[in-house]
Amino acid sequence: MNIVKLSLKQLAARPLTTSLNILLLAIGIGTVSVLMLFNAQLQDKLYSVGHGIDLVVGAKGSPLQLILSTVYQVDIPPGNIPLKEANKIAKMPYVANTIPMALGDNLLGHRIIGTSPDYMKLYEGKLAEGRLWNVSMEAVLGANVARQSHLKVGDEFASTHGLTPGGHLHDDNKYQVVGIMAQNNTILDDVVLTDVQSVWDLHEGESTTNQAFAQPAAKKDKASDDSNDDEEDFKPRELTALLVQYKTPLAVLALPRQINANTNMQAASPALESARLVSILGFGLNAFRAFAVILIISAALSVFVALYTALKERRFDLAVMRMLGSSRLRLCMAVLLEGLLLSSAAALAGLAVAHAVTELAGRLNWVPGLPLTGLWWEQQEAGLVLLALGVGLVAAIIPAIQAYRTDIGTVLAER
Amino acid sequence: MFELQQLRHRYPGGQDICFPDWTLAQGEHAVLVGPSGSGKTTLLSIIGGMLKPQHGLAKVAGEEIGGMAGAALDRFRGQRIGLVPQRLHLVASLTVAENLQLAQYLAQLPQDAARVQTVLDRLGLGELARRRPHQLSQGQAQRVAIGRAVVNAPRLLLADEPTANLDDAATHAVISLLEREAEAVGATLLIASHDGRVKSHFQRHLVLGAHTAEVTA
Repeated sequence: MNIVKLSLKQLAARPLTTSLNILLLAIGIGTVSVLMLFNAQLQDKLYSVGHGIDLVVGAKGSPLQLILSTVYQVDIPPGNIPLKEANKIAKMPYVANTIPMALGDNLLGHRIIGTSPDYMKLYEGKLAEGRLWNVSMEAVLGANVARQSHLKVGDEFASTHGLTPGGHLHDDNKYQVVGIMAQNNTILDDVVLTDVQSVWDLHEGESTTNQAFAQPAAKKDKASDDSNDDEEDFKPRELTALLVQYKTPLAVLALPRQINANTNMQAASPALESARLVSILGFGLNAFRAFAVILIISAALSVFVALYTALKERRFDLAVMRMLGSSRLRLCMAVLLEGLLLSSAAALAGLAVAHAVTELAGRLNWVPGLPLTGLWWEQQEAGLVLLALGVGLVAAIIPAIQAYRTDIGTVLAER
Repeated sequence: MFELQQLRHRYPGGQDICFPDWTLAQGEHAVLVGPSGSGKTTLLSIIGGMLKPQHGLAKVAGEEIGGMAGAALDRFRGQRIGLVPQRLHLVASLTVAENLQLAQYLAQLPQDAARVQTVLDRLGLGELARRRPHQLSQGQAQRVAIGRAVVNAPRLLLADEPTANLDDAATHAVISLLEREAEAVGATLLIASHDGRVKSHFQRHLVLGAHTAEVTA
C-alpha cells in the first residue's frame, strides 16, 4: 500500500465518473493538440515550399494569387510576363539566379511546368530512373504522377490544356517520358517537369502560353506582337513567372519596389505571402482553440465536482484514515494526487488520440497536398501536458483542503 | 494501560463533562458503561488520541496525550491505539487484506503481508482476503474491523458498542474474539457499551453515571 496505489484504488472505485472525466479532459487536450500538429505541419509545409525562393516576378494582380499559383501550385496564375522583361530582371545586379516557369497544361490534374533543371535542385529532387529533359517535349514525372498515370520511361502522353483535367487534349503533339523523380515529399512529387520550350511549342500560334486561364488583362493584343518579337522565329515569348534568388539580403529593400514601380510586372515574396496566409488561417484556428479552451475549462469543473462529491461520500473513509494514524497532510496529498492522476491520464490519452488522428489524416490524405504525420512532436505539447496537470491540481485544491480539515470525531460520533 | 487524572472536557456551548480518576493496567480488560450522554464517546475519543482534553491528564501507553500534537499524535494513534468503531467504516475501494495493509501503511509501520494473513486467519477471514467490504456479511465486516484494529499490535484496544443489534450468541462470540485478540497482542481492552450482556461478562466496570456528566464547572 502506498499513496499512489491508494489514490488509484479510489479512482478505480468510481469507474464511470473517472472515465468520463478523463474523456472530457482528453477531448479538450486532444483538440488543442490536433490543432497544434496541423498548424505546425501546415506552416512547415508552407515555409519549406517557399524556401529558397526569395521573390516571384509575375503579371500584375494579387500577390497571394501569384505565390499560390507559382510556388504552391494551387491557384491559377494572374497572367503572363514577356520573356524579354524577365531576361532583364535576370541581369539585375542583386539577382543571383532565376528559374523560369511556364504553366499551361496538365496531366491528370498534375501541372506540367516548363522550367529549368534548377527548379528540381530547389527542392533537392533526384531522379529515380531515366534522365533529365534535353529537348522540347521531353518530360520528367513526379513520383505520385508516375504512380497514378502508370507511365514509364519511354511512354508517351498527351497533355490536357489548362490546369484542371477535362480540357482540350493536345493529342497532335505528345510528350515523351524521359525520367521519373524519386519520392521526396515535396511539391515535386505531384508535378511534371519539362523544358519551357515544350510549353511554347504546344501553344504555337496562341497569343499566350496559358490562355485557358489567364486573365484578360494579361492577354496580348495581336497588334502589339511585333514589338515583342525577339526570338528567332519571331514569336512573342512569354513566361508565367520568374522565380528569383537574391545575391544579397539587401536586395529585399530595393528589388521588389523597383519591379513594382518601374515595370508592368509585380514582385511578390513567398515568405511574406505565406506568413499572410498563415495569419488568415490562424484566425480560424483561433476560434477552434477558444472552443478547445472552453472544453478544458468545463473538464476542470467536472473533475472538481467529481472529486468534491466523491469526497463527501468518503468523509468517513478519510476520518477512519485519520484514526489509523494518517496525518492531515497525507490525506490532502492523496486527494491532490487523485486530481493529478486523472489529468495525466487525460493528457496521455488526449495526446495519443491527437497523434493517431493526425497520422490517420495523413494516411487518408484528408488535406490534399499536406502530408501529415502523427510522429511530429511540438514543443508546445509539453506545455499542454503541464496545462492538463495544472487543471487537475487546481480542480483538486478545494477537495484537498476539505480532506485536510476532515473531522476525525465523526468516526465515533456517527451512530 | 491508561491513567486519568482530573480529566474534564467541554464541547463548545455545552457543559463540562468530568471523568473519575481511573487507571487500567497493561493487559487489563474492562467495560465502560453509562447511559447515553454520559460521555462514553468523549472518553473513547480522548484516550484514543482523537480529542484533546481541555483539563487534566490522560496518560495512554506511558504517553501524556495532551502533550502530543500534529503528526506525532497521528503516529502515536496509528501505532498504539486500535479502535473498532460502531459503524465499521471499512474503506470500500480496498479489499479486506488491503484494509489491514492500509492500517500498517498509515501508521508508518513496515507492511507485512504475512502478519496481515496471520491476523485474517485467526479471525477466520483467510479465505476472504481478496473480497471487497460490500461482499461481506455484517459479522464478517466486524471481524475485519477488529483485524484492522489489532494488526499493528496496539497497546490499547478500544471498541465502541460492538454488540449493538447482535443476538446473544453473536454477542458472546464478538466479546470473546475481542478478548482473545487483545490477549494475543497484550493490549489493554476497553469496550464502551450500554449492553447488560457485555457488562456481565467483565469483572472490571468503569461506570459513567449521569451525575458525573451533570457536574458543572
